[in-house]
Amino acid sequence: MKTNDVILQFTAKIVFFIIFFYAVHIFFAGHYTPGGGFVGGLVTSSAIVLLIIAFDLKTVKSILPINYLYLVAVGLLLALGTAAFSMFVGEPFFTHFFDYFNLPILGKTSLHTAALFDLGVYLVVVGVTMTIIQTIGDDE
Amino acid sequence: MNQVLYIFIPLIAALFMPFFFKKIRSIHTGWFVLIVPVVLVAFYTTYIPSIAAGESFIGTIQWIPSLGISFVSYLDGLSLLFSLLITGIGALVVLYSIFYLDRTKEQLHNFYIYLLMFMSAMLGVVQSDHMITLYLFWELTSVSSFLLIGYWYNRDQSRFGALKSMMITVAGGMLMLGGFVLLSIMGGTFSIRELIGQAPELATNDTFIMALILILLGAFTKSAQFPFYIWLPDAMEAPTPVSAYLHSATMVKAGIYLVARFTPIFASSEVWIWLVSGIGLLTLMWGSFFAVKQTDLKAILAFSTVSQLGLIMSLLGVGAIAYHVEGAEDTVFKYAAFAAIFHLINHATFKGSLFMIAGIVDHETGTRDIRKLGGLMSIMPISFTIALIGGFSMAGVPLFNGFLSKEMFLTAMLAVKEFELFEFSTWGVLFPIFAWIASIFTFVYSFYFVFKTFSGKLKSDQLPHKPHEAPIGMLISPAILAVLVIVIFFIPNLITDTFVKPAVTAIQPFLYNNPNEVDIHVAAWHGVNTELLMTIGIFVIGLLLYFTLAKWQKVYKVFPAKFSLNRLYDFVINVLFDSWMDSLSKSYMTGSNRRYLSYMFTAFAMLVIGTLFIKDAFVVSFESASPIHVYQIILIIALIIGTITTVFAKSRITSIVALGAVGYTVSLFFVIFNAPDLALTQLVIETISVALFLLAFYHLPKFQKAEERTRFKFGRAFVSIAVGVMVTLVALSSHSQKLIPSIADYYKDTVYSLAGGGNIVNVILVDYRGFDTLFEITVLAIAGMAIYGMIKLRMSKKGGKL
Repeated sequence: MKTNDVILQFTAKIVFFIIFFYAVHIFFAGHYTPGGGFVGGLVTSSAIVLLIIAFDLKTVKSILPINYLYLVAVGLLLALGTAAFSMFVGEPFFTHFFDYFNLPILGKTSLHTAALFDLGVYLVVVGVTMTIIQTIGDDE
Repeated sequence: MNQVLYIFIPLIAALFMPFFFKKIRSIHTGWFVLIVPVVLVAFYTTYIPSIAAGESFIGTIQWIPSLGISFVSYLDGLSLLFSLLITGIGALVVLYSIFYLDRTKEQLHNFYIYLLMFMSAMLGVVQSDHMITLYLFWELTSVSSFLLIGYWYNRDQSRFGALKSMMITVAGGMLMLGGFVLLSIMGGTFSIRELIGQAPELATNDTFIMALILILLGAFTKSAQFPFYIWLPDAMEAPTPVSAYLHSATMVKAGIYLVARFTPIFASSEVWIWLVSGIGLLTLMWGSFFAVKQTDLKAILAFSTVSQLGLIMSLLGVGAIAYHVEGAEDTVFKYAAFAAIFHLINHATFKGSLFMIAGIVDHETGTRDIRKLGGLMSIMPISFTIALIGGFSMAGVPLFNGFLSKEMFLTAMLAVKEFELFEFSTWGVLFPIFAWIASIFTFVYSFYFVFKTFSGKLKSDQLPHKPHEAPIGMLISPAILAVLVIVIFFIPNLITDTFVKPAVTAIQPFLYNNPNEVDIHVAAWHGVNTELLMTIGIFVIGLLLYFTLAKWQKVYKVFPAKFSLNRLYDFVINVLFDSWMDSLSKSYMTGSNRRYLSYMFTAFAMLVIGTLFIKDAFVVSFESASPIHVYQIILIIALIIGTITTVFAKSRITSIVALGAVGYTVSLFFVIFNAPDLALTQLVIETISVALFLLAFYHLPKFQKAEERTRFKFGRAFVSIAVGVMVTLVALSSHSQKLIPSIADYYKDTVYSLAGGGNIVNVILVDYRGFDTLFEITVLAIAGMAIYGMIKLRMSKKGGKL
C-alpha cells in the first residue's frame, strides 16, 4: 500500500522556505547578533533534509541538481581567497576590510569582507552535511 | 701521493673485480687481485729502513673538519709490522685462493670484493690514529668478515657462523666505541698519539676504568678471548683461504693490535694488567685444552688460534707491568712485549701455513674429519713436510721459530712472581704453572694435528676422493711461510731488528727513544736454565700424553655439552631474545585497543596527578566563583542522570537517547551561561549526531546482537575514576589560580571600532582568529570526502561501479 503523505509534502514545501529564509537571516545577522555561517549552513541543510524526508532522495536531487562536493570546494576556495586577498594589496594574510556605503535600495549599509569568508564557511557546511547525508542515504 | 690513500687502494680495486670476472673469463680473477697486495707490500717495504731507525710517518685527509674527524695514517713500528703482515700474507692467500677456488664454479667476484674490502679495512684499523675512523674500519672488518664467512650462503652452517661472529664482534665493537668516546671526552682529542702524551692525567679521571674495560671488551671479542672465543670455531665454515687470512693472521690480531696500541695509555692501571694477562692466560689454557677434543682439522686450528692469541695477550699484559717497575730496563718485564710481538710474527707464519695445509687436505681428500684421515705421508709428501714444520713450530720444537718465542714466553711468565705490586707476589706463582700446562697441551694438539692426518694407515675407503698431492700453485704459499718459519729460527735477530724492536718502542715508549736502544738479543741457545728445563718437561710429558691419547681423550665426554659457552650463546639468542623477549612483548602488545587505551589513560592519570602533588600545584579557592543558581542545580542533576543512564543502560538505544539528552542539556547550559551561538550550534549538531548514532545502531549485524549490560570490570572502573579525578583536580586548581588577566577585554573594546561587528563570537571566528576557522572547515571538508570515499569505494569494490 502506498502511503498518502500529501499533508507532509505540502507542509514541507512551505516550511522549507520559512527555514531557508531563517537560515539566510541568521547568516547575515551573524556579525551583530547570534548566528553566522556555521549555524546558517546547518539550518539550510536541515531544510533540504526536510525535503528529502517528505519526498525522496531522487526527487530532491532533480529539484536541487547540486554536486555538494563542488559546493565544498567552492566554499573552501572562497574562504581561502578572502583570506589571501589582503596579501595582494600589501596587508598581512587575513586582514579584513569594511566600510559603510549608501546602497540604492537598502540605504546605509556596512559591507565587510568577513561576510565573504563567512559565506565560504556556509557553503562548506552545507556541502559537507549534504554530502554525508546523501551518501549514507544512497548506500544500500 | 698521500700515504692515507694507500689504505683505500684495495677498496678501489674491488670496484673493478666484477668487470674482470665477467669480461675476462679465461683468466682467474685472482691474478688481477694479486697485483694489489704485491704493490702494497712493495710500498710498505720502502718504509722499513727509516722506521727501523726510529722515524715515524703521518698522513692526513680531512673527512669532517667541522667535527675534527679525519683519516690519519700513522706509520710507526707497530702499524708498519701489521701493515706488512696484512699485505704480505694477503698476497700469499690470494695466490693460494687462485688454486683453491674454481674459476668456473665459484662466484669469484663476490669473494675478491669481500677480500679486498677486508684488506682495506684492516689496513685502516692498524694505521688510523683517529679513534673514530679506527672504529669505522673496525666495523668494516666485522662486516667484510661476516660476508666472507657466509660466502657459501646456501649452507646453513655458514650463515649460522657468519651471524654468530657478526653478533659477537659487533657487540664488542659498539662497547669499544663507548670506550673511545669516553677517552676522547677525558682527553679532549680523538688522536691516540695525543692521548698517549697525556696518559698520567687521564688515569686520574673517574671514567678511566670504564673506558679501559669497554675498550678491552672490544679487543677481547675481536681477538676471540675467553669467553668470546666461541665465534671463531664456527667461523671455520668460511673458505680456507679466508680462515688462513682472517682467522689466523690478521683480523683476530686486530684486538692484539688494539691492546698493544693502548698499552701506553692504560698500563698504569692494575685492572688492565690483571685483565689482559689473566684473561690471556685463561684463554691460552682453555683453547689448548679443548683443541685436543676436536675432530675437524680446521676446528683444531681454530682452538689453537684462540689459545695462541691468549698467549700473545697475556704477554702484552705482563709487558704492561714494566710501567710499574723501577729501573725496568734491567728487569725481564721488558721481554714480555718483545716476546708478544715476536710470537705474533711467528704465529702468523706457522698458523697461516697450517691452515693452507688443512685446506689442501680438504681439497684433495674431500674431508677434514681427522678420524677418517691418516697415512697421507707418502701420498702428499710436500704437504706433510710443510705441516710438520708448522706443527713443530707451534709445539715449540727447536729448529723452528716457535721455539724461540715460547722460550721468551716462559721467561716472561717466570718473571711475573718477582713483581711485588697488586698481589702479583702471591698469585704470580700460578702464571708459569698455567703457562707450562697450556704449553703441554699445545704440544699434544700440534702432534695430534700433524700425525693423525699424515701418519698411520691410509683409510682410502672412507675418503670421498682418491687422494693425491696438491697442484704446485697451491703449495707455493704454505711453502714460503714454512721456509720463513725456519729462516726466522736461524737469523732471528735480523727479523727482530727490522720489525720487532720498532714495534716494541711503540708499546713501551717510556723505555726506549729509539729502536736501537732495545737491547734484547734472541739466541737459540741460552744456557741451561729454568726455561730450558720446562721445555724439556713439556716435550717429555707432551709425548707421553700424545701416545696415550686414545686412553684419556674420553675425558672430554665427561664435560656435558649442556654447560658449554656455545649453549649459553644459543640460549641468549634463541631463548632469551627470540622466545622470552617475544613473549614479554606479546604479553602487553595484545592487539586489543581496549588494553592500549587503558595503558594510555593510566599513564596519563598517573603523570598528571603525580605532577600536581609533586609540584604542590593543587590549590582550591572559590574567591572568583559565581553564586550558584537553582536552574544550574536542576540542569546538573539532569546531566548526571543522563550520564549514569548512558553508562549503565542495558540496551544501546537507551544509551543513545540518554546521550542525546546529555547533549541537549549542555546546550541549555550554554543558554543560561549566555552563549547563544554555542547553544544554537550544539542543538543542531546534537540532533545530527544522534541521528547518525541511530543509523549505526540500525545497521548492527544481526548475529551476536544479544543485548547485554556493559560488563563491570574493577580495573576499568578504577582507570576511569582516576581520569575523572585527574580532570577535576586540574580544572579546580587551574580555575583557582589565574596568573594572567584575560584577553577578553581587548575584544570587547575593539569589536566595533576595529572589526566593524557586534557579535564577538562570530567576529573572533571570522576575523580575529579566522585562521582557526579556515582549517576547521578544511577538517569538515576532509571528513565529508572521507565518508564519501569510504562508502563509494566500498561499493565499487563490490559491484564494480562507482
